[in-house]
Amino acid sequence: MHRLRSIGVISYLLLVYGFIFLPVVTLVLFSFQEGRFPIPPFNGPSLKWYQAVFSDSKLTSALFNSLVVALLSSLVACFLGFLAAYGFARYRLPGAGPIKAAITAPLTVSYLIIGFGLLVTFNMIGVSRSLLTVGVGHVVINTPLCFAIIYASMGDHQLNIERAARDLGANDWQVMLRVTAPMLLPSIIAAYFLSVTFSWDEFIIAFLLSRFDVTLPVEIWSLLRSGLNPKTNAVGSVVFLISVVIVLLLEFTIFRRGALSDRKS
Amino acid sequence: MPSEAARRRKGWAFVVPALLWTLAFFIIPFVVMVMYSLWQRTGTSLVKAWNFDNYASFFEKSHFVAGLINSLEITALVTVISIVLAYPLAWIIAERISPRWQRLALLLAILPFWTSYVVRSYAWLLVLSKNGYLNQTLISLKVIDTPLEIAATRVATVTGFVHFFVMLLTLTIYANLVQLSPNYRRAAADLGANGFQTFWHVILPLTIPGVMVGAFLTFVLCIGDYITPQILGGNNELVLPQIIMLQITRRADFPTAAALSIILMVVISIAYIACARWLKMERT
Repeated sequence: MHRLRSIGVISYLLLVYGFIFLPVVTLVLFSFQEGRFPIPPFNGPSLKWYQAVFSDSKLTSALFNSLVVALLSSLVACFLGFLAAYGFARYRLPGAGPIKAAITAPLTVSYLIIGFGLLVTFNMIGVSRSLLTVGVGHVVINTPLCFAIIYASMGDHQLNIERAARDLGANDWQVMLRVTAPMLLPSIIAAYFLSVTFSWDEFIIAFLLSRFDVTLPVEIWSLLRSGLNPKTNAVGSVVFLISVVIVLLLEFTIFRRGALSDRKS
Repeated sequence: MPSEAARRRKGWAFVVPALLWTLAFFIIPFVVMVMYSLWQRTGTSLVKAWNFDNYASFFEKSHFVAGLINSLEITALVTVISIVLAYPLAWIIAERISPRWQRLALLLAILPFWTSYVVRSYAWLLVLSKNGYLNQTLISLKVIDTPLEIAATRVATVTGFVHFFVMLLTLTIYANLVQLSPNYRRAAADLGANGFQTFWHVILPLTIPGVMVGAFLTFVLCIGDYITPQILGGNNELVLPQIIMLQITRRADFPTAAALSIILMVVISIAYIACARWLKMERT
């Protein structure tokens, strides 16, 4: 009976993990395809499609654009989110409820609608589409995220340390920048990187709000029009590799500490 | 000590930047979109006559209504299948895998999340296309003779969505399972319940909030998504976001697109209110 159940559990795990990994493995495997079509039989390995990716100036400049937009828009989103979280956590503000709801509202609206709203607005006041307008859109979707993450990590236990700093003569700015921000650093970094990955991968807002210079997901989208193509596999694999490296770095740096203290207790 | 009013002013100063950004780039664009939805596009020009014609035409044109129905059907299917697949996975990770390996198991389960969203749908196209991986394997195993036409159908869209949302639901259900106190289980065992009874009458009801949160997120993200249905479902059976994008990019008919967007938002809001109410009832 027990054995039967273990067999059931193991086969379920194999099945579900197989389902989860199937497209990813197919994607990466056929990026090494020798021939022109990323379908069986596999006749690689060959690196020629990676070569094609890195010698395609459209793709490399889109990759660069994506990085710039993601890193900068997340900086703005994190800054706005942190300030708002600090204001709500440290000052008693009348009418805070509706304001908090307004700031987090973009989380519940689909990106298509946010992007389209911005498109018609920019259209009406005559702002032309560019990477800047894409960045503005990404700040809209990531500020509530950063706010929520940082606000959730601001507890009363930090209040006494801030009070001590104030007693020792620190002014408000010094308390915020040299006491509160360092204490909250893990959650600020987590919010920043989550925001970077969201912006980096965002398609629909970038598609609607960009024109000549585009981000990587938009460039990949236009690559899809050529149908199944090992070059698309190669770009996809590169993006996957970059993301996995970021996740592993985070896992082994800032989240390591939390994992260790869990184990001790 | 500064006065209460001065302190309050200082507090507002921290909140104002985020609030202004939200106002300028989220709330005002929403108002502009509502305005557009009440205007018309005739020929190539915009006519600023205020009326509800765009909304009326939604109910008059059968392909708009069909789009909404497709969206709702696909979203419902995806949500149910994802829950059914994710619950046992979350349960096995939480109960059957030693705590040492749980983190790794979760990390592996959400690994595909780190592939690009557009690329993930494309990867399913590789698997499901006419001479793709799945068909060739099935043919070589002699299960089928002629390739299955899965790509550009509803099955492909649902598969792509389920793949994404299983991860999400596994996370929310797992988070709910591990925070349950072991005392519930001990109490149930003391009262003579066997393993299945404990699960069915004690553990399952206690994890419904986790399931609901995940299901709500799935609903919202799925019904508003354009990418997966466009890549995997093709143009045979359009969902509402595809129809909205057609109005924007092909026909440059912003008023109709605005009205359709607002209808989509109303549908999402109804789900949100229902879910919030239900969770509140559950808690009291």
